Parts: sequence; structure tokens; C-alpha cells
Amino acid sequence: MDENINDWISKKITSNDVVLFMKGTPETPQCGFSSQVVQILNYLGIEFSSVNVLEDESIRNGIKEYTNWPTIPQLYVKNEFIGGADIVREMFEENELIEFLKGKGIATN
Amino acid sequence: MSMKLIELEALVKKAIPNSEIEIKDLAGDDNHFSIIVKSDVFRGKTRIEQHQIVYNALEEKMGNKLHALQVKTIST
Repeated sequence: MDENINDWISKKITSNDVVLFMKGTPETPQCGFSSQVVQILNYLGIEFSSVNVLEDESIRNGIKEYTNWPTIPQLYVKNEFIGGADIVREMFEENELIEFLKGKGIATN
Repeated sequence: MSMKLIELEALVKKAIPNSEIEIKDLAGDDNHFSIIVKSDVFRGKTRIEQHQIVYNALEEKMGNKLHALQVKTIST
């Protein structure tokens, strides 16, 4: 990754409505927490772009610094950091996530 | 990579003295914990800010010495 990592991240989250930085891919998540968020997004019928941080160490570290958030996965909606697995799951369980996404103009089931 | 439950509790208590802390070892391997932290320090803060307070208490150990931590914060 020769391009400045922050520019790359910023471009990624501004050019995609929903971006999930995760370990592995939506089809084969490599971590339970990443898998949880993928399942929630799939359940709600959300289209999202994913980034496998395991493929590039500079992304894996860069994203943690970008948001001052030490863990993966990280979910972004319309260029805004929403949270990791705990917060996404909590919002989902309290029916806040679907309202939030609709409020941002994101298509859901 | 692992951390003792009491070490985790001590770190959080040191950073958030006025708190009730409940920790569970999820996998019995000193590496997968869940933690519930109740404190008035969370009042008026977003979930992200609340969780960052807990992560900051762990002084860079999160994602290094400690692999997985499920965080729940309750504002009192």
C-alpha cells in the first residue's frame, strides 16, 4: 500500500455508502465478531462493501488509528464510524440500527 | 497473548474508579472476556465515546495482549 493509508481509507468510506472493515470476507469471515456484523447486515438486506484487513497490515493498523478504535470489525455508514461488533449488535437488538440506516437513506429489507 | 481477569478488572478500576465492573471469561483461555461497566462517567456520551473510555483504560493492550473483549457500558 504505497498510497497514503488515510487517503485510501477516506476515499473508501466516502465512495461507498456502507463499508465494513473486517477479518476475512463476508463469505468466509475469519473472526466471530466480524461474522456477527456480516450476519446482521445480511439479515437487514443491507448492501455493503467489505475490506479484508488481513490482506494488508497497513490497513489493519491504519483503520485503528483513523478512528482511534482498537478493534476490528469497524462499520462505516455514509462516511461516519458507527462502531464495532458490540455497538452494531446492541443497536440491532434495540431496533435502532434499522431506523438509523433508514434515516441515512440506506435501502433495507 | 492473554491477560488475567483480575488484571483486566484492575486496569478498568484504575481508569474508572467510580464504576461497577462485571467480567466473564467467555472461553476459559484468558483471552476472550465480556465486560459490563456501570458508571456515571458515561453520562451524556455516545456509545462510541463510552466504549473508547473502556478501551483507553486498557492502555494499548486491546488487540495486542488481549484478543477479544465484548464491551457493554451502562450509564448511571
